[in-house]
Amino acid sequence: MSFEWPWQYNFPPFFTLQPNVDTRQKQLAAWCSLALSYCRHHKLYTLDIMEVQECPVFNHKNIDRKLSTEAILIVFEELRKKGNLEWLDKNKTQCLVMWRRPEEWGKLIYQWVSKNGMVNTVFTLYELANGDDTESEEFHGLEEWMLIRSLQALQTDGKAEVITMDDGKGVKFF
Amino acid sequence: MLSSLIYDRTSPLSCAKIVVHLHASPANKEPGPYQQSKFSYFKLSFKEHGQIEFFRRLTEELSQKRWESTPMSQPIPTATNSQTGRTRAVGIVGIERKIEERRKETEKISQSKLMVKAKEMVELSRSIANKIKDKQGDITEDETIRFKSYLLSMGIANPVTRETHGSGTHYHLQLAKQLGDILLAPLEERGGMMALTEVYCLVNRARGMELLSPEDLVNACKMFESLKQPLRLRIFDSGVMVVQLQSHSEEEMISSALDNVTDKGSLTAEEFAKLLGLSVLLSKERLLLAEKMGHLCRDDSVEGLRFYPNLFNSQA
Repeated sequence: MSFEWPWQYNFPPFFTLQPNVDTRQKQLAAWCSLALSYCRHHKLYTLDIMEVQECPVFNHKNIDRKLSTEAILIVFEELRKKGNLEWLDKNKTQCLVMWRRPEEWGKLIYQWVSKNGMVNTVFTLYELANGDDTESEEFHGLEEWMLIRSLQALQTDGKAEVITMDDGKGVKFF
Repeated sequence: MLSSLIYDRTSPLSCAKIVVHLHASPANKEPGPYQQSKFSYFKLSFKEHGQIEFFRRLTEELSQKRWESTPMSQPIPTATNSQTGRTRAVGIVGIERKIEERRKETEKISQSKLMVKAKEMVELSRSIANKIKDKQGDITEDETIRFKSYLLSMGIANPVTRETHGSGTHYHLQLAKQLGDILLAPLEERGGMMALTEVYCLVNRARGMELLSPEDLVNACKMFESLKQPLRLRIFDSGVMVVQLQSHSEEEMISSALDNVTDKGSLTAEEFAKLLGLSVLLSKERLLLAEKMGHLCRDDSVEGLRFYPNLFNSQA
């Protein structure tokens, strides 16, 4: 399924940081939504600022418009405030994109576990994210750092426990 | 080598010119700035004056041919590189120096003369001002106003009243009333708004003599509202100052701007100006105002600044 661009993507002013505060708020909201859905579609979990500037999301070659680095950082700051982004370094060159927050992932995983009657079973992290059983699930292919955070969220809720085993980590669901 | 010198008086409209014709350079020519030139003459153009004196001196020098008699070996101090003993440079430098000295003399004289005059003026105005103060009532108000305005137009602060800024003077009041009359028609013609610079030009052109200074214009315009004139001075965020008709509807201006932009899809300030027949400055201010009100948004790229209807607001 090809990615569907929102109407703003073809609107040149979308790529200019708007001086009017109210207009800017709406613009940034649209950018956040676009960035997240693009990452979700392409299953991107980490972004590099340099690479991202050339990415079609921020660089729309067809209308010859691109979002400035300054504006990209502002969009990313909005995402960070909403809990969808985390910087990996102080210099803000790389970040983690959580188009789904850990709590949301945790919920999905738990739903699958309980649906299949697998509560009280122990899984290795690998099995969970990459096993054949979970292939059709959305969380299939989830990167380890995100998986751990999701399980930790469940752990806080008392629905799981992360265990350290000989050759890695595992999880038990309650 | 110089062959002849002609004083060109032929064209009365352009500057006076001296045409210097040259021989071809001989084979044994001394080294100098140019080895040879493809031109057989050059023109000296005199913007204001000096041509008669210059012509006289140059002809004199040419006839005397003093440079041929000056030995090259003489140690002459030069301002330029003296390694090759460039006597030509010395000659020019000498002349330049003389001109500079003479100019400084004249400047000194004019400055000191001006200072004397200025002092006299200040004395005079002070004495008259005092006389006015004493004889208040003997001199008519009209004369007083005229005198004060005369002083102000010369940039001398009004010695009679104590106010110098802000609250304005009688002069500015009168001026404001006058402007109110002069500007009504032009404002109507221009859709109710004029940049202060346009006003300045219009008013001074009409006055001919006794031109207004920019400060006086601004001070007078600031009094419009207090005088309940149908005009007002308005300062935009950008600092641009305009005179606006009180009846001028902002709402209308903005909604018409939006209509224009929507109609054309998008507009730059220049395109908008052309459409309305207004200056680019005022057109831009209108677009900026509409953007401030949230009706328009901008597209700023290497192609320029362009305004669009604010679809962020209107579209889901």
